[in-house]
Amino acid sequence: MPLALSADSRPQLARKARLRTDRLTGETLLLYPEHGLILSPSAAAILRLCDGRSAGNIAAELGAPLADVLEFLTTLGERGLVNT
Amino acid sequence: MSPRPYVLVAELTYRCPLRCAYCSNPTQVQDRPALAGADWLRVLSEASDLGVVQVHFTGGEPLLRDDLEALVARAAALELYSNLITSGVPLTRERLAGLQAAGLCALQLSFQAARPGSSAAIAGVDAFAHKLQVARWARELELPLTVNVVLHRQNLDEVNPIIALAEELGAHRLELANTQYLGWAYENRAALMPSLAQLDAARAVVAVARARLRGSMEILFVLPDYHGDRPRTCMTGWGERFIVVTPDGRALPCHAAHILPLEFPDLRAGSLASAWHDSEAFQKYRGTDYLGEPCRSCDQREVDHGGCRCQAFLLTGDATAADPVCGMSPRHDLVVVARAAAAQAAPALTLRRLRIAR
Repeated sequence: MPLALSADSRPQLARKARLRTDRLTGETLLLYPEHGLILSPSAAAILRLCDGRSAGNIAAELGAPLADVLEFLTTLGERGLVNT
Repeated sequence: MSPRPYVLVAELTYRCPLRCAYCSNPTQVQDRPALAGADWLRVLSEASDLGVVQVHFTGGEPLLRDDLEALVARAAALELYSNLITSGVPLTRERLAGLQAAGLCALQLSFQAARPGSSAAIAGVDAFAHKLQVARWARELELPLTVNVVLHRQNLDEVNPIIALAEELGAHRLELANTQYLGWAYENRAALMPSLAQLDAARAVVAVARARLRGSMEILFVLPDYHGDRPRTCMTGWGERFIVVTPDGRALPCHAAHILPLEFPDLRAGSLASAWHDSEAFQKYRGTDYLGEPCRSCDQREVDHGGCRCQAFLLTGDATAADPVCGMSPRHDLVVVARAAAAQAAPALTLRRLRIAR
């Protein structure tokens, strides 16, 4: 079920997904069953702000284009890693 | 410089209340004492130090270890993503809630089929109703649920109801794993191997369901390698990302590797780091240098590493040979013959039991 995200959506990390800092590299990891993603600094910053605030606020907070934030969150939503 | 392991597969015991004929556990186990709880705790810490970020508690049936909660708690303290791979037997709601409280991240529950009768036929035990109950508890507790079903001739025609069952149970992930013919599954190969028509039908059903369920339930379809002509990559590479620790404390690059004539490091006597970096067993098939022809000059060698080392050994007696599943293997005839034999007649299943080497 594709998610329709907008500036007003309040994305949250899915229950199955966990963020952590990697002990060896300091990078941010997104872990979920059988998988892990090494996040870029900008991706990590977006996910760390998925705490109930709106996508519009996240973009404003990071000074990032809203379209980029929505595109990233939509990709993760399609993988079931972000709920809205 | 060795690669970095990401995943620890902790096989806590080979005991299991189920007797699945497709089980990948050894058909014969060594008479050695189980690794003590303190050693398991140390292994978890050493794994984390090496770079491991995910741990699968599996078996046999990991719930049969009384100290599972302590191991889960240690994994959580180390920020390891922990996954309990279980038959669901024996499990109470109270224990599941306790494991979650200890920090368990996700539950992987096996089902054998979509119906009680066909499930009991392959598992030797009627556990279907209890498994449904376990899945409901997981949902109530909001514990992420993966449903895992090993596919074979006797349940491949149930793929549609299996998908419906996983949806109904609220699984976020469904693993449809075509049988890999190692361990007990090798003994039962002729009885388990499906027809190509069955596989094609199941594949089509999965493709439709995947499109429909995108974003709500991930469906993994592990390819049936005896019916392809390219081998699967061995554990994403021997000693590249995975460490398996057996119930008696041996470190292996793959859960099936115990059949190989190698001395696997004993973690009672040494560290996981030394096993990973220095042991002969982990270095033996790292990379692709050991491969002979036709793999050595093949443009796929860095992709599939010549296939599964254990399968190559099991079928040809040579662990450095091309996996006979590959159409370019000089021994591909072994797979063609096995397929033809399975199409002729299905022998009775041999259910697994614990066979201890004396």
